[in-house]
Amino acid sequence: MGRSLKKGPFVDQKLLIKIDAMNDSGQKRPIKTWSRRSMVTPDFVGHTFLVHNGKDFLSVFVTENMVGHKLGEFSPTKKTSPHQGQGAKR
Amino acid sequence: MARLLGVEIPNEKRIEASLPYIFGIGRNTAKKILEEADLDPNIRTGELSDDQLARLTAAVTNSNVMIEGDLRRELQGHLKRLTSINCNRGIRHRKGLPVRGQRTSTNARTRKGKRKTVGVVR
Repeated sequence: MGRSLKKGPFVDQKLLIKIDAMNDSGQKRPIKTWSRRSMVTPDFVGHTFLVHNGKDFLSVFVTENMVGHKLGEFSPTKKTSPHQGQGAKR
Repeated sequence: MARLLGVEIPNEKRIEASLPYIFGIGRNTAKKILEEADLDPNIRTGELSDDQLARLTAAVTNSNVMIEGDLRRELQGHLKRLTSINCNRGIRHRKGLPVRGQRTSTNARTRKGKRKTVGVVR
């Protein structure tokens, strides 16, 4: 089930603070975050996030198209096996 | 075979049943459109008079229902957006794997296609 519209999009408070600070100072440094559950809102656009995937921080540059998705969607948590996609090697 | 909106050729069934042959129109939309056009859903498509056909065409175009090419193009656009932003759903689409978190260890044959044996061949 989707989230109730009444509540609005969910963004972690600590992440919001960081973004506001970044917007106020006009700087564009990557924001390191563990908050994969945060929804991308329009004020995220143009920032780079380092989104934790359980092991590393993958850099995600947010564009307009990404609004409405969660940050975690852009940072895969699983390695893909070499089997997938292409057929057998021998 | 009647021709409706260019390419559509629904057959000699009741119009209610032949309208869904158009991509983007299902049973429900078909019923609504017929109501709009003020037509009996039980007439066979072939028995429609030219006047009735014209009314039907008008009803479909006025109904704001996206059909055929337009709809296909829009769906394609959605896919393109997902793949271009590199999100999980886009990646799954690109790889031809199930998108909504289903298991892939077994099953998932609809998305993965025919079984391909991988590994050492003796």
